[in-house]
Amino acid sequence: MENTIHATQAVVSLDVALPGIIWGWMITLNMWAKSIGTGVVFVGAYLLYRHKQEDIIGLRWIIPLISFVALNLFLLFTLVDLHQPLRMWHIFAYPHWTSAITVGAWMASLFVGLVTVLTVIGLSDGFGDFFKRGCRITLIKNLAKFAGRHATAYDKILPFVIFLAIPVTTYTAIIMAESSARELWQAPTEMMQMVWAAFMAGSSVLLFASGGWSKEARKDLAMVLAFSVFASFVMYMGEYFFSFKSSEAEATLAYVYSGGVYETEFWFGMAIGFIAPFFLIVSAIKEDNKTLMRFAAILALVGLYLAKDVWLKIPQMLPLS
Amino acid sequence: MKLGFLVDLNLCMGCKGCEIACKVENEVPLSSWRLRVKYIDIGTFPDTSRSFTPLRCNHCENAPCERICPVSALHYLENGIVNIDSSRCIGCAGCMMACPYGAIYMDPETNTADKCTYCAHRIESGMMPSCVVACPVEANIFGDLEDDHSHISRYIMEHQGSVQVRKPEKHTNPTHFYVGGGNQTLNPLAHERIEGYGLFNNVTHLKHNGDPHHSILDRFTAPFFAEEKLDNTSFMNSASSKAESHK
Repeated sequence: MENTIHATQAVVSLDVALPGIIWGWMITLNMWAKSIGTGVVFVGAYLLYRHKQEDIIGLRWIIPLISFVALNLFLLFTLVDLHQPLRMWHIFAYPHWTSAITVGAWMASLFVGLVTVLTVIGLSDGFGDFFKRGCRITLIKNLAKFAGRHATAYDKILPFVIFLAIPVTTYTAIIMAESSARELWQAPTEMMQMVWAAFMAGSSVLLFASGGWSKEARKDLAMVLAFSVFASFVMYMGEYFFSFKSSEAEATLAYVYSGGVYETEFWFGMAIGFIAPFFLIVSAIKEDNKTLMRFAAILALVGLYLAKDVWLKIPQMLPLS
Repeated sequence: MKLGFLVDLNLCMGCKGCEIACKVENEVPLSSWRLRVKYIDIGTFPDTSRSFTPLRCNHCENAPCERICPVSALHYLENGIVNIDSSRCIGCAGCMMACPYGAIYMDPETNTADKCTYCAHRIESGMMPSCVVACPVEANIFGDLEDDHSHISRYIMEHQGSVQVRKPEKHTNPTHFYVGGGNQTLNPLAHERIEGYGLFNNVTHLKHNGDPHHSILDRFTAPFFAEEKLDNTSFMNSASSKAESHK
């Protein structure tokens, strides 16, 4: 880019003000929360199918509950970021199916619905005694009773939830691919980055709940976290150093490699969210050091947010015309 | 019918008449532009020149903004115009992410996306777009690209080899053409945009997107509790009162 400018010796001497960052921290938070919401489903389901119930106590209600909270956070920030949030219903009333935003909104809504059902069944199953004796609110009591009677539905719905979690995780990459103006987001690796982010976030959050689980289950969780941070880091480095290097992508990455706040944020994110957690978690596996594992999990969640934030914002700083 | 635009940059003298005509015709609010004329200084002293490039929506045949719009607020008209229905827009800004030409803005009065529509309302009444009418040197040429005898078709035929579109590599198939343009004028990466540097202003980036006073809470309560309709006057009053309180 600089060579081109050097060759043209062209300078903008009068123009209007261009928009700054349009999709800001709310969209970063949206993606981050979605990674947790779908990631706990992926990682949790893996543990459910691999380990016995007594090795992973409470996981059947922990998965949907964490997913439910994270997904509602994701939906909240999706809604709040709209300039006309009260018109959100237009997506359902006037859907435009070529838009990944529309398809994503429909899938995410269905996903949240199914996760809500799993949450109700999971909680009524896990806290049956409380709902029978301790709960004084009749509506909740009856709901728990009803869910308790249909507890077998959990195992029937779970495979659909796992299957639906795949497109819900990756549709944001399709939105980015449709954002033709932002060359950096056009890489196919974005889709895999979304998947790794889900595994990172899911395993990190579940590590906090793994205190009473068997050593083997916790080891599995730690392995998922270690592998996903490693794979994601390698992919980021691939995009950063090799990539496709179109002139626009090159100019966008210049916001990182030419110094400044985004360089600091990106490398800080890489160091604390990817490099440090990898070594911490690998060193903690052998001795089953829960504290170290949880510390690595916190770092991974913070680093993931920072990396996503930089990748979201820098392409928006490039003048388009 | 497929309507298209052509700007002969050899003729444009940067008077900004088209920019003003567009502002007036479409009541484009402060801090927003459907059409703008960019000045670019090229070369080093004493061999310098100044070029003027009017920039507007390209009304692409393969419009990324239309594809990404989740509610079809952006849609094609039969004459090829990419139109926008602001009453349907939810303000997600997906179109602003998708448009490779930065031609879409968030209207600070309606908080919905908006852009050049080739003055679709005027065309419907058999009139030319306001920018075409205002141009004193007829640098803006508008017409039916499918009609071989239209002014624009003939102009394109006569200037074969020097007709260009912006960012052809994006495969958007713009219906907006330039004659007399070059890499230094049409490629935004080929000219430097120095922060805080300009002939008459030093504002190079907007700090807000849409209404600067549109907080998260306002987004939900505005339809019920908005005190008054926002317009340019209210923005100016707000800005001046802010400046006074700052003093």
